[in-house]
Amino acid sequence: MSHGQLLVFEITILVLAIFLGFEVISKVPTLLHTPLMSGTNAIHGIVIVGAMLVMGGGHKDTLTWVIGFVAVILASANVVGGFVVTDRMLEMFRRRRPERPPAAEDDGKPPAP
Amino acid sequence: MSRTTTDLLYLVTIVTFILALRFLSRPDKARLGNWIGAAGMLLAIAVTFAQNEIVSYWQIALGMLIGGGFGAVAARRVKMTAMPQMVALFNGVGGGAAALVSWAEFHNRVGAPGNLKVDIGVAIMLSALIGAVSFAGSMVAFAKLQELIQGRPITYPGQQVVNALVLGGALAAGIAIAAGGEEQWLMWVLLACASIFGVLFVLPIGGADMPVVISLLNAFTGLAAAATGFELENNVLIVSGMLVGASGTLLTLMMSRAMNRSIANVLFGAFGQVTPSAAASAEGDGGTVRAANAEDVAVMLAYAHKVSFVPGYGLAVAQAQHDVRQLADLLEEKGVEVSYAIHPVAGRMPGHMNVLLAEANVPYPQLKEMDEANPEFGRTNVVLVVGANDVVNPDARTNEGSPIYGMPILNVDQAETVVVLKRSMNPGFAGIENPLFYNPKTVMLFGDAKESITKLIENVKGV
Repeated sequence: MSHGQLLVFEITILVLAIFLGFEVISKVPTLLHTPLMSGTNAIHGIVIVGAMLVMGGGHKDTLTWVIGFVAVILASANVVGGFVVTDRMLEMFRRRRPERPPAAEDDGKPPAP
Repeated sequence: MSRTTTDLLYLVTIVTFILALRFLSRPDKARLGNWIGAAGMLLAIAVTFAQNEIVSYWQIALGMLIGGGFGAVAARRVKMTAMPQMVALFNGVGGGAAALVSWAEFHNRVGAPGNLKVDIGVAIMLSALIGAVSFAGSMVAFAKLQELIQGRPITYPGQQVVNALVLGGALAAGIAIAAGGEEQWLMWVLLACASIFGVLFVLPIGGADMPVVISLLNAFTGLAAAATGFELENNVLIVSGMLVGASGTLLTLMMSRAMNRSIANVLFGAFGQVTPSAAASAEGDGGTVRAANAEDVAVMLAYAHKVSFVPGYGLAVAQAQHDVRQLADLLEEKGVEVSYAIHPVAGRMPGHMNVLLAEANVPYPQLKEMDEANPEFGRTNVVLVVGANDVVNPDARTNEGSPIYGMPILNVDQAETVVVLKRSMNPGFAGIENPLFYNPKTVMLFGDAKESITKLIENVKGV
């Protein structure tokens, strides 16, 4: 593939990803907006792949190595922190209280002191 | 591993991310979805390790250990109430990583003349710019939420001009790079100006607008990651980054729509600057504030048919979510119908209150969204406002001079009685007066929200 073709291909999947993103997200209820944000937060940790490539890919000099190293550290904090925080949030949405018996009627209350 | 195999495996990762987001639309599947996403991320990392061009395994592993260790400890230790700042922090480091990747890529490519094609240059410029803004902006958001710096809008004369100049500097350096400039200092100027802009751009935004800012910065990091995908010709980066960019943008739009303000107004309006007319109206009401004690309120609650809680950021600060649920349980035992009315922008991130109340095991059918809650207030005996302010401010309906005029609010003043739990009469985070407090239907229960609720629990037990 020539460079131009590759670019067009990349732009194509970029545009498709935009629509996919809108489509998938518009179904998420308000209840789950925080975990959604935290979840997408973890997903953009994928930049770790980029960090690994620039750091590991036969770097030219110390500067590239240092920049790449810091990028790897930051990106891994993003990945691990993002998924762990999201998991902690979602854990809470799973637990449910057992149904309690119907509560007493109003007139069954003791009088006010 | 061949490039084809690598790309196919990256495609698997993309699918897991999409599944993760899809499962997030169902509370019962959401956690599984998150694990699927994490597995996909692990796969992408393993595949990247297996690429031929990767040589320095141990150094990468060391970096991951440091970063991942920090992330794991921070994410495990943080209290649920501090979630917004954690999300901001992890978002910021992601943006920083994207900016650094483009710096390294730029540095690598400029050695050989003609190596920096226009499209690569544009991608480098965009990810460095957006990534650095996201990094610096998120750090300021973190500092504001952690109360390391004051949460109120910080403004000074000529602010917009300074912001425009700094952003202009970053753009000029970026355009020079995109046009084939191969000087190292161009990148330094770009990164420095973009970081300064990130700081300046979040500083004037008040705490009440944080849900919009955090989701916007989240979108920024996604876009920056997508741009690094173009630099490295890597599909998994492009698609995953753009998924986040698109979803973050949509969420930002939903948040600002919930406040009935344009994004530009949220970002550049320095919300919370009390206009003279708004201040005048609040004073003009000249009403008196009625303070109540816990005993009176407890009796009101125990003899009500329908009680609604309106939680706000103050609930998170006081960490009173468990106590609120205890009180709600107690009232339910006495036959009172209890619900929670949740404003879309209550708290400091989208859906913040839902998470807090879920932590306290509040069953989610009791959580009512604004559209569902508002028609009910007319039939509600007591509304208990716990640490919310702007989202129940009637000025949003009536006072055109108010900075929040036009924002849809929870119409708690339609209820029989409104009890406001508040520390003191200081205006809220956004610094706007609230005529609700002077409404004859309203009583104030002063004190720390947690202590007040605890007192209410004791007194309701005694009724």
